[in-house]
Amino acid sequence: MSTSDLAEESSVAAPSAMAPPPEVLREWLGAMLTIRRFETECVRLSFAGKIPGGIHSSEGQEGVAVGSIRALTRDDVVSGTHRSHHHALAKGLSLRVVMAELFGRDDGLSGGRGGSMHLVDRSLNFLGSNGIVGAGLGIAMGASLAMQMQQQPFVAVGYFGDGGANNGRVWESINMAAIWKLPLIAICENNLYAVETHISNSMAGESIAARASGFGLPAVTVDGQDVVAVYQATREARERAIAGEGPTFIEAQTYRYEGHNVGDVQNYREKDEVAQWRAERDPIARMRKRLVDDAMLDDAQYAALEVAAEESVADAIAYADASPWPTGADALTTYPTNV
Amino acid sequence: MPTVLTYSQAYREGVAEEMAANEKIFIMGTDIVLRGGHFAQVFGLGEQFGASRVRDVPISEAAMLAAGVGSAVCGMRPIVDLNFLDFSFGGMDEICNQAAKMSYMFGIQVPLLIRATNGIALGGAQHNNVIESWFAELPGLNVVTPSNPADVKGLIKSSLRMNDPVLFLMHKALSGLRGNVGGPDDVIPLGHANISRSGDDVTIVTYGVNVAKCLEAAERLAADGIEAEVIDLRTLYPLDRETVVESVRKTGRAMMVDESAAYGGVSAEIVASMQEAAFDYLDAAVVRITAPHAPVPNSPALLSAILPNSAAIEAAARKLVEVA
Repeated sequence: MSTSDLAEESSVAAPSAMAPPPEVLREWLGAMLTIRRFETECVRLSFAGKIPGGIHSSEGQEGVAVGSIRALTRDDVVSGTHRSHHHALAKGLSLRVVMAELFGRDDGLSGGRGGSMHLVDRSLNFLGSNGIVGAGLGIAMGASLAMQMQQQPFVAVGYFGDGGANNGRVWESINMAAIWKLPLIAICENNLYAVETHISNSMAGESIAARASGFGLPAVTVDGQDVVAVYQATREARERAIAGEGPTFIEAQTYRYEGHNVGDVQNYREKDEVAQWRAERDPIARMRKRLVDDAMLDDAQYAALEVAAEESVADAIAYADASPWPTGADALTTYPTNV
Repeated sequence: MPTVLTYSQAYREGVAEEMAANEKIFIMGTDIVLRGGHFAQVFGLGEQFGASRVRDVPISEAAMLAAGVGSAVCGMRPIVDLNFLDFSFGGMDEICNQAAKMSYMFGIQVPLLIRATNGIALGGAQHNNVIESWFAELPGLNVVTPSNPADVKGLIKSSLRMNDPVLFLMHKALSGLRGNVGGPDDVIPLGHANISRSGDDVTIVTYGVNVAKCLEAAERLAADGIEAEVIDLRTLYPLDRETVVESVRKTGRAMMVDESAAYGGVSAEIVASMQEAAFDYLDAAVVRITAPHAPVPNSPALLSAILPNSAAIEAAARKLVEVA
């Protein structure tokens, strides 16, 4: 694995919620920068024809993935959505191997069998991006059932979006987790748009979190553009789950800067709206300012984080580009690392 | 002395033996703890294994199947009991898009067993869809369709040792069928058809509820010197084409009896396999006796009009052997 990957080194739980030390906070910032660089490059490479099948960019949502996954250990399971590069990279998947998978190459995570919406690394307990709305939460719920039955001190996090919050399987899974008190953390990344439908046109009731509270589990709303707030909410949820107190629902209010997919012309929203989110609520800019204000980061350190992000993504692209195409015979074989 | 059990009891005994041997196996289903499922298929196991390993679930097919997929990839061996295969529609994505794809895409084993009743019986169109061919044709799924108590027990035991998803489909009309079953070590591997009756004159391929009807017809044919070979497929995927083709090469005349409609049904695959591998051996076109391409009615008077029966099987076989 490349040294630039974002994996945490140990299975020990992350530092205390209230005051993560400066080096930890800088690592979070670096992780967000790396994800952003990865995503902006993916958009470019999709237009350039390097990424067959395209991608769903998570640019703008980095704070949700880094904040929540930094509250987990390696043994905790993460299961995501069609927009999950940020989850995958925050969970520590190799930039090189993910990029090679996006390129459809032999050295990719699944040797080209998966692609952007089918990224799984069992060894890191990343149970995947997922092409079907709401399905990733169900898998996380099932994983949390296995943890409970095997009396393992782990949790499973399942992500879905505001679109998924209108899908029946999401609430079936949340109900089941609630009745069985499963160690599940359900995180709704509410980025306001399900493809191009604004939540105001698709969502009855007060809020997504309010819906969830009807299932009798703690349901909190956090600012998804505040990585520390997401971390704290997830950490509390994890502690509750480990203590046997059951699942937690977190609605993280966030925003995607790109369209639904690469090539989305985005005539459903004003450019000003995107610009305003970028200018006022960007998770990276806010974290940078916070660290500078608290004298935990100087310009040289920030520049170094930016360079590291650019270099690691460039390295991943070079790796992917150099990787051979799989042979046609590989199409009929199962991915060969049964674990 | 051999043990005689019903088709349902054979399932229960096979499951109980495997659960006792492997603590990772557990059951999820509606009304499963006290009632033992809608066909009493696991009656008593709730008491025997406790409410963690035999657990009632809400009527949430997507969630119960997702619980199956997620727990299967994290060390458990779940049985999700859907009661009726028709109820799979509520969790189709979990079966077909999640469980079925993980081995191929990620090299992850998904030891998920989905048990359901299939086939046509009373109850009307929404409880009697014949859709086993849908699952059999979807890459990544195994489909088991036992016809008798011994096969139920032997096949459920091997299915519970599989590392890939299995749909274990038990025909509703067979629930009370009695027969000998094997002991704890009698395991029937998937993908091996059973020659239920040997014969040289005509091959009759079938599975599940129609095996008995074909055997009935074969006995009457035998009285007139026509020896039918009846092949019980046992599993629709993996499919034992070899046994089918070998029989056709021997008899030169073949028919398929099936409750799924001819259009895209199991019979379509069987006929295609025969003509691909044994075209030169066929003395006549292969005949299909299937249910019609129509929803299933409720009234017994209507139902009997659409189901394959032994008289129709017998008549078709006679006609087939008369072809020059």
